[in-house]
Amino acid sequence: MRYVDEFRDAGLARALASRIASLVEPGRRRKLMEVCGGHTHTIYRYAIDELLPAEIELVHGPGCPVCVIPMGRVDDAIAIAGRDGVTLACFGDMMRVPGSAGSLQEASAAGADVRVVYSPLDALRIAREEPGREVVFFAIGFETTAPSTALTLRRARAEGVANFSCFCNHVLIEPPLRALLDSPDLDLDGLIGPGHVATIIGSDAFGFVAAEYGRPLVVSGFEPLDLLRSIEMAMLQIAEGRCAVENQYGRVVAGPGNAAALAVIDEVFAPRPTFEWRGLGFIDSSALGLADDYADLDAERRFPLAGARVADPRECQCGEVLTGAIKPWECRVFGTACTPEHAIGTCMVSPEGACAAYYNYGRHTRQREAVG
Amino acid sequence: MCLAIPGQVVAIVDEQNRLARVDVAGVRRNVSVGLLDADGGATPGDWVLIHVGFAISRIDEEEARATLGLLEQMGTEYEQELAELKGSVIE
Ligand code: SF4
Repeated sequence: MRYVDEFRDAGLARALASRIASLVEPGRRRKLMEVCGGHTHTIYRYAIDELLPAEIELVHGPGCPVCVIPMGRVDDAIAIAGRDGVTLACFGDMMRVPGSAGSLQEASAAGADVRVVYSPLDALRIAREEPGREVVFFAIGFETTAPSTALTLRRARAEGVANFSCFCNHVLIEPPLRALLDSPDLDLDGLIGPGHVATIIGSDAFGFVAAEYGRPLVVSGFEPLDLLRSIEMAMLQIAEGRCAVENQYGRVVAGPGNAAALAVIDEVFAPRPTFEWRGLGFIDSSALGLADDYADLDAERRFPLAGARVADPRECQCGEVLTGAIKPWECRVFGTACTPEHAIGTCMVSPEGACAAYYNYGRHTRQREAVG
Repeated sequence: MCLAIPGQVVAIVDEQNRLARVDVAGVRRNVSVGLLDADGGATPGDWVLIHVGFAISRIDEEEARATLGLLEQMGTEYEQELAELKGSVIE
């Protein structure tokens, strides 16, 4: 119990751990997937996996937005940034994500105008301040982030900021979860649902996981105690033979979600027929593009882009990490050719990525798995 | 960009564009509260969860303090997020 004293309530953490231990059947493996990269981070930061009985295995899901952007889209962003008179504004997390010929950071060092922004509204302000430049916001993120981009575009439209556009890479949580749950060799007993995505779409939106796939899902907060409690709730469902969507994070997440956010997503975006995910391939209706009403603010329609599909590097196993098929240390380049300083795959770049979480918290070895 | 940080609304600074001044761990910046409109908006004194310059949810003070405590323990990632917030000028 390495970190238990750092918990807000160490006694409660111990009590939860022993309740969880009482819910497993000895020798019967249970696999739970935490969908969100933020949860992965907390689990390794606090060594929550070490508080659990050996029967429970936590696997990581596809919920890190930086990790799922494919190479081809990074290449397109670099191509946009390289155009004369164009400024590309992006979140800091995207700077080191590898494309097929380098990252945005390298493009910036070579002279492209790439600026790190905290908010899409900062990108819009840059466009207002520098009317002589084309400012493109490189939008990424799940439903947590999409409404912020949407409100920014609505405002750009209202103010008539003609030199602003959006290179849209927003993705949706339900399609990759369905793809995962549809997989014929699915081996998953329950899911820990992403708390911040649920703030926007609501916990009710995960109903399909229980109703159609017969798996329990518990929407969870981000504190270590939240995760322990969510694991307990999922294990209790399994022990009682139930499956439902439960909301452990009710103090922040409402069943129906955030109505204003959902409305602006609907107004500004339209689902794309298909979209490529790094390591997972193409998934139908899994991403958002700009609605026809907002076509004039769409960087993909404003600039000719290669839109090429670039295969992931041969040695990269991010796809298997993102579906929980392997643990990060099982990737053949983990910690050797692929480190946070020189990442081959995205799961090592983003601090929310499973590989980075393992690496940063010293899980370089198979020790724990060997004893578990 | 994956973090959501609690902040306390200090003042509404632009009614039309739904911008509020918030205090995040002593850093005062503007964020949009437009996503809270269906939920009664935000008023000074409210605690909100902020993601990429937008309040995505109202939270209570206890939740805000617990979340801040958690973030502080994260170290570099939280510092990085605060540094990016400090560089933000939303108007
Ligand atoms: S170690 Fe690197 S290449 Fe392998 S799965 Fe992780 S991020 Fe991808």
